[in-house]
Amino acid sequence: MADQPLTDPLARFERTIAAEEKIEPRDWMPDKYRQNLIRQISQHAHSEVVGQLPEGNWITRAPSLRRKAILLAKVQDEAGHGLYLYSAAETLGVSREQMLDDLLSGKAKYASIFNYPTLSWADVGAIGWLVDGAAIVNQISLCRTSYGPYARAMVRICKEESFHQRQGFEIMQTLAAGTPEQKAMAQDALDRWWWPTLMMFGPHDAESAHSQQSMQWKIKRQSNDELRQKFVDQTALQAAHIGLVIPDPELKWNEARGHYDFGEIDWEEFNRVLNGHGPCNRARLAARRKAHEDGQWVRDAMMAHADKEAARARGVAA
Amino acid sequence: MSSKHLPLWEVFIRSRRGLDHKHIGSLHAADPEQALQAARDTYTRRQEGVSIWVVRSSDIHASQFEDEAAFFDPAADKIYRHPTFYDVPEELKL
Amino acid sequence: MNAAHYEYVRRLGDNALVLGQRLSEWCGHSPFLEEDIAMANTALDLIGRARMLYTHAAALEGRGRDEDALAYGRDEREFGNFLMCELPKGDYAFTLVRQYLLDVYHHRLFTALTTSRDETLAAIAAKAVKEAAYHLRRSGDWVVRLGDGTDESRDRCQAALDELWGYTDELFAGDAVDAAMAEAGIGVAPASLAEGWRAEVEALFDRAQLALPRDDWQASGGRAGLHTEHMGRLLAELQFVPRAYPGARW
Repeated sequence: MADQPLTDPLARFERTIAAEEKIEPRDWMPDKYRQNLIRQISQHAHSEVVGQLPEGNWITRAPSLRRKAILLAKVQDEAGHGLYLYSAAETLGVSREQMLDDLLSGKAKYASIFNYPTLSWADVGAIGWLVDGAAIVNQISLCRTSYGPYARAMVRICKEESFHQRQGFEIMQTLAAGTPEQKAMAQDALDRWWWPTLMMFGPHDAESAHSQQSMQWKIKRQSNDELRQKFVDQTALQAAHIGLVIPDPELKWNEARGHYDFGEIDWEEFNRVLNGHGPCNRARLAARRKAHEDGQWVRDAMMAHADKEAARARGVAA
Repeated sequence: MSSKHLPLWEVFIRSRRGLDHKHIGSLHAADPEQALQAARDTYTRRQEGVSIWVVRSSDIHASQFEDEAAFFDPAADKIYRHPTFYDVPEELKL
Repeated sequence: MNAAHYEYVRRLGDNALVLGQRLSEWCGHSPFLEEDIAMANTALDLIGRARMLYTHAAALEGRGRDEDALAYGRDEREFGNFLMCELPKGDYAFTLVRQYLLDVYHHRLFTALTTSRDETLAAIAAKAVKEAAYHLRRSGDWVVRLGDGTDESRDRCQAALDELWGYTDELFAGDAVDAAMAEAGIGVAPASLAEGWRAEVEALFDRAQLALPRDDWQASGGRAGLHTEHMGRLLAELQFVPRAYPGARW
């Protein structure tokens, strides 16, 4: 072909990946790489945005002013992280509007964990400690992802996120050391959030639909099972430290492996929630849709005002 | 209405006096004032900056992937532009 | 004297807490992501302000209470915030017009309080005035945007202003506590803020093409703990956890 570049772009792309260099927005990239990234980054962004809701449920009821400020700042960070990630996805040629449409129409997925309800104050602690803990394990690994804007967003997110898990753990620690009712509240939250948190890492490596290609392109850097193991190992110690019991009779240190063994996830529940049958799937999407629809007139007004201002400026200039 | 969606802006932040503004991310806003406020609210929550620039993304002109070889490779053999190219007596502190 | 001093500072805290509580309800539900973040910043400033003012008030009171005892341990008759702060958040126009009216007020109030003879209060005011300056820039900008935007946005803004206007007299109607504190050089006589406030908001509403409502009704009572029926529900939500588990630490 006449417009064949000097080097074969695919070979160059693969060389860049192999050399651990980043792919940047204007680079040539295989369509599938682009699509894979758009799917993963936007799904990640949606998770941050929907993830505001379960914890946001407790902002107005936080039990002290200190906790209220921390929780509000934390949920605000989730919004910020959603924004960084949408921005990273936009560098791949998909618009924020398109991604929002996909979320609101139910076409795009977000992390299933947010389809569980927050029933007590301890759930706010459990989400910070477990859900953010799991997210951080995953995100630290993603700081080395091959797509530059995604990696940079991850570095920023990991930096900000480090206080999220700590504040959650601190809540759990305080409750576990508190009155019997508070300790029971903390244990109940751990009982309900433990398994859904393990599900966050996704299916076993052998059954993960997107994993292999993603690993090859270095979009993902560690496998689902590796990351899950890492999370279990660190969390088992933390639970023991504050005197809470992880609801898994099979959880046991395995000297030979140098890891904790743990029980099998209920994959039926995993699939059920993934396919829309979790306790809050409908409520979460309904809340996002309502915010978007109620905000339509605001966004319209902003654009109308900006257009009028621009026209007025042109009028003055003319 | 002429424009349906909120335009995209690129945000540059000077983290300390004496340093350059550095690209830090992007956001959506209707106009420059709103973009500045959103940049302040989004990107300086942890005292990350002392000055903000916002630029409409569509106003940025960028070199293309295809330009890379023609733009940047020709500089590769101009090693005499670097001080290490020259062989001078170390003790003279040149 | 000390009782009035406590009351004065604590009421400033009540305004900050109740308004911050209302603003925090937007978190995750605002018109677009950038606003979720921005609105939370303002709410965080207000909650932070409430904490400082309550801590100071509790020290003045000298009964061993702390910020949380004041926020979570009082019933509605003991809260002295303006009625305007406790009204439900309404639509985005309502939230922003209310914010604007109060931002102008607080910016002027805290500017004056930076020279208070109560040094702690003056220091809190010095911090609050910077925050209020930004809140005001944002909310004023929004009111102009929405007033000038579309027919719908102007109608919503006008409706919000018409509804809220009746709660503005209260901001300037001081009581014996305000008078005593102004006299002592600790506080500001609210009436002294009225003229400047009115001129400033009138100018902005003019730019926003919004009509100033007629002064045909005015509600008041907040300073004396005579609230709207919204207040009890706001407190029920805010105070639920500590009240359900008395004596627990969080």
